[in-house]
Amino acid sequence: MKIYSKDKYIFSKGLDDYFSGVYKSYKFTLQFFKEVFKRPFHHRELVNQSFEVGLKSLALISLTGFIVGIVFTKQSRPSLEEFGAASWLPSLIGIALVKAMGPLVTGLICAGKIGSSIGAELGSMRVTEQIDAMEVSAINPFKYLVVTRILATSIMIPVLTLYCTCVGLYGSYLNVHSVETSSIVAYYQNAFSTIRFLDIFVSVIKSVVFGFTIGVVGCYKGFNASQGTRGVGKAANQAVVLSMFLIFVEEYVIVQVSNWIQYF
Amino acid sequence: MDKQKTKHTINKDESVILINGLYMSFDDLEVLKGIDFNLFKGENVAILGRSGSGKSVLIKIIVGLLKPDRGEVIVLNQHIDKLGGKKLDALRLHIGFSFQNSALYDSMNVYQNLAFPLTMNIKHLRKNEIRSAVEEVAEAVGLKDKLKQMPSDLSGGQRKRIGIARTLIMKPEIMLYDEPTSGLDPITSAEIIELINEVQQEFNTSSIIITHDLTCAKNTGNRISILLDGKFLKIGSFNEVFDTNDEEVRGFFNYNFIQ
Ligand SMILES: Nc1ncnc2c1ncn2[C@@H]1O[C@H](COP(=O)(O)OP(=O)(O)OP(=O)(O)O)[C@@H](O)[C@H]1O
Ligand SMILES: [Mg+2]
Repeated sequence: MKIYSKDKYIFSKGLDDYFSGVYKSYKFTLQFFKEVFKRPFHHRELVNQSFEVGLKSLALISLTGFIVGIVFTKQSRPSLEEFGAASWLPSLIGIALVKAMGPLVTGLICAGKIGSSIGAELGSMRVTEQIDAMEVSAINPFKYLVVTRILATSIMIPVLTLYCTCVGLYGSYLNVHSVETSSIVAYYQNAFSTIRFLDIFVSVIKSVVFGFTIGVVGCYKGFNASQGTRGVGKAANQAVVLSMFLIFVEEYVIVQVSNWIQYF
Repeated sequence: MDKQKTKHTINKDESVILINGLYMSFDDLEVLKGIDFNLFKGENVAILGRSGSGKSVLIKIIVGLLKPDRGEVIVLNQHIDKLGGKKLDALRLHIGFSFQNSALYDSMNVYQNLAFPLTMNIKHLRKNEIRSAVEEVAEAVGLKDKLKQMPSDLSGGQRKRIGIARTLIMKPEIMLYDEPTSGLDPITSAEIIELINEVQQEFNTSSIIITHDLTCAKNTGNRISILLDGKFLKIGSFNEVFDTNDEEVRGFFNYNFIQ
């Protein structure tokens, strides 16, 4: 318990807390990888959590994906028409949705919706000693609560991303259809014509990383919530802020790396 | 259930919990400063102490939720503070811990709460085996009709009883009760006191009962101790402990009876 006594900070209180936080979250993530392959596996809880994650954000993601698709198409059309390139609209939207908007929009929405609910749920379990209660009943709360949730977000957020992209393309199609007549099949074919396997692969990786981030951050903040009901609110709030921040950083890094890979 | 005094005995040769020179502090706050304590097989010890004196911390150390700074904590012949992983879990199966605020899982209903420790720790149980175990403990705490309710729909006293039932389902050798009667009306308190005694008689468990309530201490404890300033002031029978002129002890006694 006792790491530093009162005035023996290495740097200052804030900086020390920051670094010990980084170290603790690193250990937390490491523990996930240690425990994920160990028995017992809580299949049923994993299915429950995946269901929760998927269902909780389905409506919001449908709406956002759809609107992003429509708005993006509406906004792009004038500029493309100026160059006489309106026929490129489907592939432009396809690239935008598959490579950038789909994963990012889904990631951010889930960070808000799922990250906060995981943070709040585990946080309240921590402060009402439910996590301690599991521990004293010889149940590993990390395995039961954390591992299942991180797996659920890492699996379901790619699925939601795929769904979001498809809904977005559908919204885009409806907009295109209202201007010119085109069949939906031709539209989707058109949209995917310039997308390579690598693009899809990178998007999937990206969304797995986003899902993993949301799960780890939500669980970490909730699991380590400090005493009291204020701690629960703080955990939920920090889970959202931190995972959104990390999602932007990861987006940037992954795009850089994937661009770099393309040259080889 | 009637008391089966014959079944239950206190064995003074066998300590189930043995604590030597235990120290515990949080940052600059010294909570426990040299605790020596033992709990005999089959015995109930009630621990009294003011709020914030470290009673909950003490039993959390006994069950391995907190690691002490110094000292020896031997539970069922094992140094629990040095155990981890599977061995710690195996030992914990023999210890029942009823939390001060019940700590029921609020995402599960009462039935699932009671069944949870059982299904998670014993594999391949059949549905009807689980059901009969759950019904047995729910019956023991007198709440068999509440199995389908959610914890949030129960009263404080009912939650406490379900919390106790959830620990009883594993048939522990040691029970640790953290303030089982606090915040309850006298009648419900009396019921819980009776339950604690029944558990002792029925399962021959050894228990530590943490309480502010002298009635509870007197009626459940074979021995009573007072935790003051991080140490046990006195351990003995109710009369031994309170037959004194020590101001702190008398204060405790008077306070409870004037109220
Ligand atoms: N996790 C913790 N971190 C820091 N301080 C703690 C922690 N747990 C307990 N304490 C401190 O230890 C002291 C003893 O706490 P404890 O919960 O054991 O009191 P208690 O005797 O059970 O009181 P009550 O009768 O009110 O339950 C308190 O001053 C508390 O602030
Ligand atoms: Mg307490």
